[in-house]
Amino acid sequence: MTASRARLRAWARRQYWPAYLYLLPGAVVYVLFVLRPLLMTAWISLFDWDGLTLGTWVGPDNYTALLTDPRLREALLHSLVFLFFYALVPVAAGLVLTALMVRVRIRGLGVFRALLFVPQVLSTVVVAVSWRWIYDPDGPLNGLLRAVGLDALARSWLGDNATALPAVGLIGSWVMCGLCLVLFLAGALRIPRELFEAARLDGAGPVREFRTVIVPALRGETGLALVLTVTQALRNFDIVWNTTAGGPGHSTTVPSVFLYQDAFVSREVGDAAAIGIALTLLTLTVCGLITRVLREREG
Amino acid sequence: MTDTTGTTGTAGTADTADSTARPGRRNRPRVRPPYRRRPRRGAPHRPPRRRAVADGSRRESLLGHALLVLASLVALYPFVQILLVALHEPGARATGLSIPSSVHLDNFATAWRRGLFSEALTNSLLVAAAVVALTLLICVPAGYAFACFRFPLRGPLLALLMTGLVLPYEATVIPLSYQMREWGLLDTYWALILPQVGLSFALGTFWMRNFFAAVPRSLREAAELDGATRLQTLRKVLLPLSVPALTTLAALLFLYAWNEFLLALVLVPDNPGLRTAPLALSFFTGDRRTSDPGVTSAAAVLVALPVLAVYVLLQRRFISGMLSGAVRE
Repeated sequence: MTASRARLRAWARRQYWPAYLYLLPGAVVYVLFVLRPLLMTAWISLFDWDGLTLGTWVGPDNYTALLTDPRLREALLHSLVFLFFYALVPVAAGLVLTALMVRVRIRGLGVFRALLFVPQVLSTVVVAVSWRWIYDPDGPLNGLLRAVGLDALARSWLGDNATALPAVGLIGSWVMCGLCLVLFLAGALRIPRELFEAARLDGAGPVREFRTVIVPALRGETGLALVLTVTQALRNFDIVWNTTAGGPGHSTTVPSVFLYQDAFVSREVGDAAAIGIALTLLTLTVCGLITRVLREREG
Repeated sequence: MTDTTGTTGTAGTADTADSTARPGRRNRPRVRPPYRRRPRRGAPHRPPRRRAVADGSRRESLLGHALLVLASLVALYPFVQILLVALHEPGARATGLSIPSSVHLDNFATAWRRGLFSEALTNSLLVAAAVVALTLLICVPAGYAFACFRFPLRGPLLALLMTGLVLPYEATVIPLSYQMREWGLLDTYWALILPQVGLSFALGTFWMRNFFAAVPRSLREAAELDGATRLQTLRKVLLPLSVPALTTLAALLFLYAWNEFLLALVLVPDNPGLRTAPLALSFFTGDRRTSDPGVTSAAAVLVALPVLAVYVLLQRRFISGMLSGAVRE
């Protein structure tokens, strides 16, 4: 009894209690503007609420409604397409490009890196505005098509049901490609040169070298790139909102656009909150899966 | 907000005491600032003897550089394109690939006048500066505490902070807007500043914690032997050392705060005079009456320029910071 109390006292003496004072200002801000809102979203998602009058408790109904709502299912499908454009295309392109230049000593790498990073630095609204012009009926893309005699293909790329989704997706590929390439080039610098020599001596061609040397060596960078691009692809509010706002029709809707519209336009706040929580869980799950898969490969 | 590397570029070490609190940190990819690793000609770890194999053939070298040039052009093209459209004479029907024959700044003047951009740029500057200052102010002591002190619940608290790094903040905007209205802060600067400080807190604290943890313990102990209090150790010993880390963090926070869109859209709904630059641009381009591509493009260039200027000055810090996982989406 006394022994354990003595141990407790010794433990308490080793702690530096004033540390909490150092944490306090940040903790206040973090609780008030991140944790409390997050918990409140979860709470709101259990109500049918128009944002003004008293809400009615509906329990998990908003979530079951999510699962059965055809427009949300459609939006999720679009998110999958965006996963392809935002995550898979840039990561694959980055890996292949890195493989093509991995044995080269690059002159002016710093300059290239700075240029390739520009899409990451620009505001998403600026990105949206510039791509809207590229896809404009009078824009450069159609100008190029007309210049080479493919007038029949020219169209309003973002206004056409068939092309709007891949057109928005390509913007994402553009934003993310530079990030992936810069990440992978940085990682490739750390691959020991002996590995390439050994692979070559073993008679490995470029494809086998890619599979057996480059991809395994860049596993960490690939994981980071996937986590970053996947979260962007699943959230993806800014670019969609500022290019098509989900249109034409429903052809580019994503869950976050519904979240915004439900919460601040049509005032079905409970539904919107449920979308927010579901989106959070989905993002966390997918990112968790990516890290887990990469860990298993490693071990 | 995402931190995927766990350890940031400025600091690679972390005490084992925390590894239990941060699930999955063992397998977090570690990315270091790449520029430090850039091989230099004649550097000792890269003897010239091996370069023939290491550098590949001349053809490979040409191909690699050509690809990089091409990729860089693609990365720059959209911005260059709107810059060209903006420089056309006003009212000119800029189409696809046309290049202005002479430089006109009239589109910029029109955009500036019509889009409230002088207010918007001032707002953005003010908000971004306030977010950076406040975030640094709360993150430095918090990072110091997590890195250097032992206190109850340190692990769980750190884990709680981790959720802030991976949280898609769409999930917080709905209650935030009601909370701000209730507190009478909706449509004020505080509505733009405080939530962003909260969102940046996790990133900043991890950043500073990793930096402080990498500073040799003996340095702090020496300061304490000299009779310095813990606060003095932070101020007189650690802070002077952390100027580079603080600059990188400040640059990143500035970038994220400047570019923030959704929070501004939700939290200053009814006061056009408080719109930040991206928000003003979004409203400006959404307005059918101003659908002249020249003016729209000029507005976009106006919004992008301040960030690009900061980027040109501090690009290495941006890149190393973002590559080390300090990405807030």
